Amino acid sequence: MIQSIDYAALAPALILAVTAALVLLLDAFLPRAPEPDPRAAAGARSNGRAAPAAVAGAMAASDPDGVPVKAGVPGGVGTVSGVPADVRAATGGLPAAGDADAEPARSASGSPAAAGLWRAGGRGVLGLVTLAGVLVALGALVAQAVSGGVRRTFCVPRDLVTGGEPPCSYVIDPFTLVIGGLVLVAALVVVLLSMAELAGGAIPVGEWYFLLLCTLVGAVALPASRDLIMLVVALELVSLPVFALTGLKRYDAASSEAALKLFLVSVVSTAVMLFGVSLLYGLSGSIYLDRLTVGPELRPVAVVAIVLVIAGFAFKVAAVPFHSWAGDVYQGAPVPVAALLSVISKAAGFAGLILLLVVALGAQAALWSPVVGVIAALTMTVGNLLALRQRHAVRLLAWSSVAQSGYILAPLGVRSEGAAGASIAYLVFYAAMNLGAFTVVMLVSRRSAGNTLDDYRGLAFRSPAAALALGFFLICLAGLPPGLAGLFAKVIVFREIIEGGGVALAIVMAVNTVIGLYYYVAWIAKLFTPAPQPAGPAGRTTPVAIAITVAMVVAVAFSVAPQAVFDLLPGALSARG
Amino acid sequence: MSWIPIALLTVPLAGALLLLAPGPTRPETRARLLRAYGLGVSGITFVLALVLALTFDYGDAGRMQFTTDQSWIPGLDLRFHLGVDGISLPLIVLTTLLTLLCFVYLTGTRNERPRALSCTLLVLEVGMIGTFLALDLLLFFVFFEVVLIPMYFVIAIWGGQGRRAAAIKFILYTVLGSVVLLLGLLLIWAQTGTLDMVALAQAHGSGMARSVQIVAFVAIGIGLAVKTPMWPLHTWLPDAHTEAPTVGSVLLAGVLLKMGTYGFARIAIPVLPEGAAAVAPWLGAFAVVGIIYGALACLAQRDLKRMIAYSSVGHMGFVLLGFATLTPVGINAALFGNVAHGLITGLLFFLAGAVKERYGTADMPTLGGGMLGRLPRMGSLLTFACVASLGLPGLAGFWGEMLALLGAYEPGAGLSRPLYLTFMAIGGIGTVLTAAYFLVMLSKVTHGPPAKTSGGLMADVRGYELAAWVPLVALILLFGLWPKALLLITTPAVQTLLGAP
Repeated sequence: MIQSIDYAALAPALILAVTAALVLLLDAFLPRAPEPDPRAAAGARSNGRAAPAAVAGAMAASDPDGVPVKAGVPGGVGTVSGVPADVRAATGGLPAAGDADAEPARSASGSPAAAGLWRAGGRGVLGLVTLAGVLVALGALVAQAVSGGVRRTFCVPRDLVTGGEPPCSYVIDPFTLVIGGLVLVAALVVVLLSMAELAGGAIPVGEWYFLLLCTLVGAVALPASRDLIMLVVALELVSLPVFALTGLKRYDAASSEAALKLFLVSVVSTAVMLFGVSLLYGLSGSIYLDRLTVGPELRPVAVVAIVLVIAGFAFKVAAVPFHSWAGDVYQGAPVPVAALLSVISKAAGFAGLILLLVVALGAQAALWSPVVGVIAALTMTVGNLLALRQRHAVRLLAWSSVAQSGYILAPLGVRSEGAAGASIAYLVFYAAMNLGAFTVVMLVSRRSAGNTLDDYRGLAFRSPAAALALGFFLICLAGLPPGLAGLFAKVIVFREIIEGGGVALAIVMAVNTVIGLYYYVAWIAKLFTPAPQPAGPAGRTTPVAIAITVAMVVAVAFSVAPQAVFDLLPGALSARG
Repeated sequence: MSWIPIALLTVPLAGALLLLAPGPTRPETRARLLRAYGLGVSGITFVLALVLALTFDYGDAGRMQFTTDQSWIPGLDLRFHLGVDGISLPLIVLTTLLTLLCFVYLTGTRNERPRALSCTLLVLEVGMIGTFLALDLLLFFVFFEVVLIPMYFVIAIWGGQGRRAAAIKFILYTVLGSVVLLLGLLLIWAQTGTLDMVALAQAHGSGMARSVQIVAFVAIGIGLAVKTPMWPLHTWLPDAHTEAPTVGSVLLAGVLLKMGTYGFARIAIPVLPEGAAAVAPWLGAFAVVGIIYGALACLAQRDLKRMIAYSSVGHMGFVLLGFATLTPVGINAALFGNVAHGLITGLLFFLAGAVKERYGTADMPTLGGGMLGRLPRMGSLLTFACVASLGLPGLAGFWGEMLALLGAYEPGAGLSRPLYLTFMAIGGIGTVLTAAYFLVMLSKVTHGPPAKTSGGLMADVRGYELAAWVPLVALILLFGLWPKALLLITTPAVQTLLGAP
């Protein structure tokens, strides 16, 4: 029997997948730039041929190796023709066209940084293609949202179902749209950060964007998943490329270590979760979330299954006691990957958790909500305490985002109607604030590779706009005015907890708010302290500036009109949407 | 919808935002322009507050006037609900006046980064005015929090030696209070389903069980008591006041502390009457302990600013004692004491700042006496402010304390009279101790022969200082000689608040 597939429902994920394929294709056919790392830059000096070849290739659409370049840069051609200007600037205003062998000396005059720019010049188009793909996918998502209604696809054929509506595996409902929108807007910022990161030249560009897009496909498909297999596959699709992204920086020990750590943790958590999921399947005999009913006689097994599933997701969202990987991995990974881990990957994890707990196992809330409550309290406390002592910016953000995970989990720890809504609302606000903080961290990391908190001293005098932005994001994360977005996010979580009767949890969270404030405020204070020594040159930061602006606009909009977020929230979550 | 409350918020806010735009590059032009700008913006705000006061319907001071009620965030039930009545009007005028005087004072002093300071003070003003205007519990909370970050920066950037630690202590302490306050407010919301202060006050606690009211009152009370500050939650205050720059101390003592007491009058007592009745004896007890403790601590201080800071603990004790009586007299006393303390302590901190600027220290033994001889005008003003603060009849400080003790003589129904008589007696001892430490301080600083060690020739009161201080002196005299001017405004509002006919 042939199923009819609703391609409109799949559109955002499909667009991202097609973009990923396109990136891979372009990467194979675009001319090779010289080897990117400093050692290879020296090689380019002796070779002298490969570097101008890239220029010539971009300009004359022919490669010394004879690979035809004109084969397919649809939509990217205009940008390619814009590239040589960039390259000319990098090579000292020389006309870049001409004989590939004629200018060895000039290419030798280029510093490694210039070589990086070259490479960005050759491959920069990939970033733009990715950006365009994400934008188009976002457009498709907005179109879905505007057209309204609930779309379902991959359904069980009607004549195979006895009684009731047939279950579907892929559902587009308000929940899907909110999480998908969050992921795609965050993706825009991450892609912009990637452009700056890749300009350094230590990371292969094509692979980077391909893996990034794969993660995004998973993150967009995950909230739409309504069966266990789809859910697990989507979650793995989010996780797997991130290991590679983390370790993609060659000859970087910290980055490799981070990748290995993330890999091990993630694989273990997947195994644990799969165990739980298989138990759930065994208990209910169905993989569809709306059919996961557990009889009272199987309660002990259900408890085990639920605990295993929660443990699996706790790894993904770095909740205590499965949080210890966060510090090293965030610090070792390139900044855009850390941003991706803390926002997109985390959003996907929470989406999966909410789907499983609230949508599928809502009837068993009495079993899981105390567990989640305890995890939430531990997570916020441990995260905040660990963040207190950090000297490294990304590491501080890592622990602070662990603490924020606790706040996101907290509403699920009490039994109340709107718990999932409150969690999602906090998640959306958190994404904007945290991503914003990462954009400015990225900017500073271009100047000072160490990226310790002391590098932020006097930022207000060097780049006032960036300092104001970072100050605003941090105040938002702390949850104080003028960062109203964070304040309202906290209020909505507090309200849900109090309505659900979790006074103890509310008090723990109140105390944590104060602990969190300490390190945020200490960081903010550093921004406005006069700096003893000026920092080095910034490098290419235009994409970062755009990213900061995007995050700032969103965070300010959330502060002034948070109702926009509340309007988006699904009124009541259900398996059928 | 009325435009004045909105203008009161938007003028300083717009003024602060405009300061973010780049100004003229020449330093002298810039400094001059900035001074005029700060004066202009705070002046316009003050004029707006005066317009508010002049158009206020005094015949109906118990009713909310100039109300604005717009939906802001339906998802949180948060409404942009503003209004003015007899309780908030004096505080709004006081806030705008003190801010304007701070800017007047700033015209004559040199500060690092004056633009940032002006911007911060204007944001601070938005938060302070908003707190007194808000009629929605969450909106109140939002404005209550708005002041924290600017005040943190005022202390942390323009403060004295130990400013960093003092600022961090200030913000952590008050935020801890704030989150407890928020929990209390949300508890009210969860029980009644509304955030509208007016409706909640009219309901007089109906719809909430006694136990819930007590829990909510304790939570809100703790939150407000940190800000007020009530003994034993006051420990952030001496450090913050001592380290803050003069304008910071003035606004902190003059207005920020009032936000805590205002919360008692506006939210805690009217919305949770049964909770208030149950907790009031405790509140009263802490209040009188604060009075005695503050006075004794003052006697032990060497630093002038620190001493004035501790005196605030004592004065706020009288204000809290007034609230704790739950009678119209007591609450009137508290509101009067509030305004009087704002004027007097504002003046005292201005003077202490000026002394510190001239002598280079605020350490009393180092100051070494004889100020009346060296700086006669300054010494006289300091004497005047101290005498006002210790509660000399005929000056503003007297009525708040006297009426609070009178209220304790006849506490509200259901409260133990012997207990309150004890409070009254202890409070009476407190007034004596207050007089004692101020007189000891005056004898050390203003009287006696001038010390030979400190300083050369010093300028007496300068023009801008006089401009900043004279309005305060005049108002202290006015309210001291004619307390009815203030009591007439607050009385109807207090009666509405307590549900009296």
